[in-house]
Amino acid sequence: MSRPDIATLSVGDVIGSRTVTFDRAALVRYAGASGDLNPIHWNDKFAKSAGLPGVIAHGMLTMGSVVGLVEDWAGDPGAVVDYQTRFTKPVEVPNPGTALIEVVGTVGVVDAEAGTVRVDLAVTVDGAKVLGRTQVLVRL
Amino acid sequence: MANADFEGRVYPADAPYSVGREKIREFAVAVGAKHPAHHELVAARGLGYPDLVAPPTFAVVVAQRTESQYISDPEADIDFSRVVHADERFTHHRPIVAGDELTTVLHVDRVVSRGMISMVTTRCEIYAMPQQVEVPSPEAESPGEHVATVVSTLAIRGEDA
Repeated sequence: MSRPDIATLSVGDVIGSRTVTFDRAALVRYAGASGDLNPIHWNDKFAKSAGLPGVIAHGMLTMGSVVGLVEDWAGDPGAVVDYQTRFTKPVEVPNPGTALIEVVGTVGVVDAEAGTVRVDLAVTVDGAKVLGRTQVLVRL
Repeated sequence: MANADFEGRVYPADAPYSVGREKIREFAVAVGAKHPAHHELVAARGLGYPDLVAPPTFAVVVAQRTESQYISDPEADIDFSRVVHADERFTHHRPIVAGDELTTVLHVDRVVSRGMISMVTTRCEIYAMPQQVEVPSPEAESPGEHVATVVSTLAIRGEDA
């Protein structure tokens, strides 16, 4: 797999975009794989009693899913040395149906000396930001 | 309100977490991580790793297990049904790979309450334990090779918030 050449990258370059979809099965799968069994991610009654509109995706599922764009672009998942986000808005997942999460990655910082690039991810559902300040530091 | 007395608390290194290949594959499927280094040994070794590479957020599995020592302590006064995840950060000193035996030291860095909201920040320092311990060195202070740091902030709403 080819790796991006840091010398050709500039701040503002779009590295790519993708759409990630979650249905209820995806939430159950993530609950099992991660060990996060909080019922707000699979039980509508419980979610409503906690003041939510309904079942919401794990913030960590959204965070974990959108970074694939950067991994694949970097050509090496081990190249991701730092990754941070803020959970700004819950992602509601209908039943039945799917939530569509739009991800766009843009080069935010290029540090040729350190050999690192910071990719900033814009993560939205229906145009509304669901993650804030999503920054992925990649060593190229 | 979260108990402010816990701020600054450090928990001793916990029981090792063994990173298995199938766990990495399962987690990668769950987050839709399709890069072959998560799934195929040949691909991971081709990139110079000794075994399958965990996805960038895999450390949350290890961290949440460790954080429960604090979060589920009744003395900490954290009502999990009122918890919202506020932010998360992973710093990888090297990628986690299958075969790692990880032990984690939990730090409660911040417990702040304002109005009806408490904010709690934890930091997990994750170490890979040595594969074979020969003669334990007396100056070995650290539980092993520092692999990752996971910082997590939770917001807890009070009863009437």
